[in-house]
Amino acid sequence: MDLLEYQGKQLFARHGIPVPDGRPARTVDEAVAAAKEVGFPCAVKAQVKIGGRGKAGGIKIAQNEEEAREHAGAILGMDIKGFTVHEVWIEGASQIESEYYASIVFDRGAKAPLIMLSTQGGMDIEEVAESNPDAIATLHVDPLLGFQDFHGRRLAFEAGVDADLVRPVGAFLAQLYATFIAEEAMLVEVNPLIVTPERTVAALDAKVTLDGNALFRHPVNAELRDPSDEDPQEQMAKERGLTFVKLDGDIGILGNGAGLVMSTLDVVDLYGGKPANFLDAGGGSKAEAITSAVEVILSNESVKSVLFNIFGGITRCDEVANGLIEAFRQLGVGGMGIPFVVRLDGTNDVEGRQILADADLPNVYTAATMDEAAQKVVELAKGATV
Amino acid sequence: MSVLIDNDTRLVVSGITGREGTFHATNNKNYGTNVVAGVTPGKAGQDVEGIPVFNTFRDSVTETGANVAMVFVPPRFAADSILEAADAGIPLVICITEGIPAHDELRVYTHLKRTGTRLVGPNCPGILSPGKANVGIIPASFFKEGNVGVVSRSGTLTYQIGNTLAQAGFGNSSIVGIGGDPVPGSSFIDIIELFEADDQTELIVLSGEIGGDAEEQAAEYIAEHVTKPVVAYIAGFTAPPGKTMGHAGAIVSGSKGTAAAKAEALEAKGVRVGRTPTQVAELAVEILAS
Repeated sequence: MDLLEYQGKQLFARHGIPVPDGRPARTVDEAVAAAKEVGFPCAVKAQVKIGGRGKAGGIKIAQNEEEAREHAGAILGMDIKGFTVHEVWIEGASQIESEYYASIVFDRGAKAPLIMLSTQGGMDIEEVAESNPDAIATLHVDPLLGFQDFHGRRLAFEAGVDADLVRPVGAFLAQLYATFIAEEAMLVEVNPLIVTPERTVAALDAKVTLDGNALFRHPVNAELRDPSDEDPQEQMAKERGLTFVKLDGDIGILGNGAGLVMSTLDVVDLYGGKPANFLDAGGGSKAEAITSAVEVILSNESVKSVLFNIFGGITRCDEVANGLIEAFRQLGVGGMGIPFVVRLDGTNDVEGRQILADADLPNVYTAATMDEAAQKVVELAKGATV
Repeated sequence: MSVLIDNDTRLVVSGITGREGTFHATNNKNYGTNVVAGVTPGKAGQDVEGIPVFNTFRDSVTETGANVAMVFVPPRFAADSILEAADAGIPLVICITEGIPAHDELRVYTHLKRTGTRLVGPNCPGILSPGKANVGIIPASFFKEGNVGVVSRSGTLTYQIGNTLAQAGFGNSSIVGIGGDPVPGSSFIDIIELFEADDQTELIVLSGEIGGDAEEQAAEYIAEHVTKPVVAYIAGFTAPPGKTMGHAGAIVSGSKGTAAAKAEALEAKGVRVGRTPTQVAELAVEILAS
């Protein structure tokens, strides 16, 4: 789960990491009130979960109340790369002497947290990694040993941090690591990590990704989940306990098991079709789950045909067939004129196919193999009659 | 032979008194797996379908000589259960549970690497050695004994590939699900090493998916250490970046972890990659028939 900048900063502050004083605001009036509290000059920063806010005009400095009102008015409601700005963060403007970079990422390849530190902050770190890889000092921390003071010194010296800042930067990294572990983050990134004229450091930005599987241990963080961030169709699927990803094609897909569904998308694509979604009905899907899955798939108006690709293990094919029949009954699918191609293999496949044959649903075709099913559903999406 | 589980397996199941645990432990037992014990704290003295239940893994090992553990408890208890099994001296732990926090997996992984306990999973369908033993949720009826070793990050996709192979007349030495999480206890390499050393296995099928670099690492390993033919499949060519595709570990991050890059890395090392599950089976048949 990704956090907004200010949510990340509030999380940092709870762990003693220095961040500039600020307030979130959802309206222009709230923004002006917040600006008066933090004082001028202040920064008005768009809160969206996408990079490149500054270039898009989503970060402005206000010298006075009027400017705060003007900037907040311009930024709230602004569209940044497809993300609408619903909130701004008003923050006291910082004095910046230099800009560093610090991050900790859950490195799944190395199976250890990876700390990165650079004195080349304030720009895209992937560009720095490309053009000047030596400018980034890196270190993996043993997960059972944890962060040690010498880790901080080593990183600071290797990154070429000014001598008087080695100690404060090391302390900053120690706090950042403690936050990463305590909050069960997958990523904490500070870019820029600023050095002030008083020779102190602070996090001027915060990018935090938390592990969704660990939220049960972090009720405060779990509250930050914002359903309005999600695509309405994805939200609808989540409420029904289905794993769903919206895609931009016109063929609805349902399968059981993440790998098989991914594979189904690929095979449909190979035969020239464009999947409208990824939907994993899960292991042991009961008829009701299948019915809700059909409801979710058909809530996308682009869908021209639907493919069911089931290989029953724990999932029983007769349950899937009954779920489809129930969906036709409850949702009036037959009247929509959307063809379905159904491939059933595995547990109780013979029963499942018989149930479908007996029901004789309009516009429902069966296929013996995954390849045949994919070919058929692609033809049907293109308007062919099979 | 087969790998990891066989007729000598003595299985203990944690979470055996739960609904899913009972169902699958019973299934495994009915297949012929020697299920010797269950563990549920506070329920010692009970039995599940004739399988005695113990309070701790340690008791189950002392009383029954259990040598393989299957963990079937909910995500918040799973890391603890794996560590308890390892502490009891069980050399192989198979964890089916999905949704374990990543930091838990990291601590468990690091600790087990030092103690020498092997973990398969989490978030995996388990292991099946056809004709010998089944530990987990793999529907055994689709598979028969044979010479193809399968290692996979996905469950149903494995059934799909295995079934196509079975239709072509081929069976399996073992099928090992390593799971779809970001920190799997065993990697492709760990399992391929076992298949390379296994007499029964003549061909290895690797079924990977987007996310991480385990397939790329496997490609390097295969080039240097594997003499048996390997056929691969990668799912997720059409997955959009930044979206988790069902499995917690199946995500393309920026330009990293794409299916195309994985397929290329494998092909560069001489591994043939099927573009569909059917093609994988066809390639396997072609190699085994030649």
